[in-house]
Amino acid sequence: MIFKRPSFWLTFLLAAVFVYLPLRANDAALREDLILVAVAIILVSNLNLMIGYTGYVNFGHIVFYGLGGYVGLYLVSVRGWHLPSAAVAAGIFVSICALLFGLGVLRLRGAYFALATVGILVAVHAFVSNFDPWGRSTGMYLPFEAYEPLGGAMHALWVTYYLVIAVMTLSMILSLVIKRSKFGLGLFAIREDEDAAVVLGINATVYKAIIYSVSAFLPAVAGALMFYKNGMIDPSIAFEYMLSIEGIVMLMLGGQGTVIGAAMGAGLYERLRSYLLTSPRLSNFHLVIAGGLLLVVVLFASSGLIGWLYKFVPRSREVIE
Amino acid sequence: MSVLLETRGVSKRFGGLQAVSDVSFIIREEEILGLIGPNGAGKTTLFNIVNGVYKPDQGKITFGDKDITGLAPNQVVKLGLARTHQIVKPLNGMSVLENVTVGACFGRESLGLHAARETALDVLKQVGLAERASSPARSLTLAAKKRLEVARALAAKPKLLLLDEVLAGLTPTEVAQMIDLIRKIRERGVSVFMIEHVMQAIMKLSDRIVVLNFGQKLAEGSPPEVASDPQVIEAYLGDSEIADKLMEKD
Repeated sequence: MIFKRPSFWLTFLLAAVFVYLPLRANDAALREDLILVAVAIILVSNLNLMIGYTGYVNFGHIVFYGLGGYVGLYLVSVRGWHLPSAAVAAGIFVSICALLFGLGVLRLRGAYFALATVGILVAVHAFVSNFDPWGRSTGMYLPFEAYEPLGGAMHALWVTYYLVIAVMTLSMILSLVIKRSKFGLGLFAIREDEDAAVVLGINATVYKAIIYSVSAFLPAVAGALMFYKNGMIDPSIAFEYMLSIEGIVMLMLGGQGTVIGAAMGAGLYERLRSYLLTSPRLSNFHLVIAGGLLLVVVLFASSGLIGWLYKFVPRSREVIE
Repeated sequence: MSVLLETRGVSKRFGGLQAVSDVSFIIREEEILGLIGPNGAGKTTLFNIVNGVYKPDQGKITFGDKDITGLAPNQVVKLGLARTHQIVKPLNGMSVLENVTVGACFGRESLGLHAARETALDVLKQVGLAERASSPARSLTLAAKKRLEVARALAAKPKLLLLDEVLAGLTPTEVAQMIDLIRKIRERGVSVFMIEHVMQAIMKLSDRIVVLNFGQKLAEGSPPEVASDPQVIEAYLGDSEIADKLMEKD
């Protein structure tokens, strides 16, 4: 049972901290910092389902987030939908796209699949940049009235914050549930040896397509929430290629294949990144750090911070998943 | 006994190489059928055709009363046809128990996680790996990895088990243990189709033997028949006295 697993309660503890901290001080700046951390956790947790669980490196993970943002913003601003239904619809739409893509692309393996994911990102970026209903390269803006249903812009910021925290919590619980399910066992088998997995009875093509689609859902919902909160979207901020790479760095840093590790890597890296980005002297230096970190992790600690913890405290393996 | 598996006129070509050509044979229920032949004769290719890794260019494979020609390996397992690999393929990062649980989860009975774990523990006891259940698969010796291959396949509850050189590379003691295990498997009503180069063992174990050479069936019959067949001696065994030598010891 999931309720008996410490990592499940750890997830809720984390969510509680996220809810409580900015509320206590009514601190909007802290809230903005934490929402970025939460988004990083959402992206990395779902990326982990592909890389950590299934062994397929997705270099274009950010495409789910950006596309979700576009669909969400379009539904709210042009179609006049409410935010929650628009966000869920964005998630479903992007998941279906991913499933269709996945059934085709996931016949590829290893480096070829990784290359194809870059192709998908570039192709979607190019398509959206030329798509009239979505404002081509200038993107879309949200009129101020769009925040009315949530009680005005100020209030809407808080509402979206809590919705993002909810999506973050769901992402981690989803990872925990999949990890100890029959489906998850099949994914792990594919990661270890896909040919052997197929001979053991796993329909690898379908499994991979499903997890690719599942890993698209919550990032797309988060994208819809975040771009609604920001009030605007354009192709270059929706599909930020570097974020895709940094997501992989965060995952490797924390420990791929582990739920808590993915969240930890995302949180630590995102805080460091924000610090470097806002520091006047070190702007854009975060990419140098990202590259360096990735090298260090790959060379010296290929299973990340959690792997390191497992090594020195073997018993932690049962508690920290 | 009724026929469990039948291949009729199966052929497979890779570019300019005719790997398997027009091979037909049957396996009966509760039978051990041996498959021998020189290196490169197409034995493993034939296995790969039977369990669906390769699609045959020609020919038909029936399992029970189902035509399984062209089915994928993961579909064939569900019908009760499991196999091991000549070059072992353990799921290295997972424990021995998890490896076998995968077999039980996605095998013929498609068990749920909990039931699969029970089955896996049971099978591990049968193959003598129970005390290694929680070790990572990568830490096993070659002999143990071969047992793990067999355990994973058995956990799928097959009606027919394909064993690809499970004795190769084992010490004489380990060979004896594995032979014991294969006998026990058959006693439980599972048919076995095995590729083997360890002649003494396959002569002792098999009810019948099929000999492949250059992708074609060279001979078929009981072990003494095959071992004294002049064509088989010329192509593979190399010694006309070998039949007597192989058959005398038991």
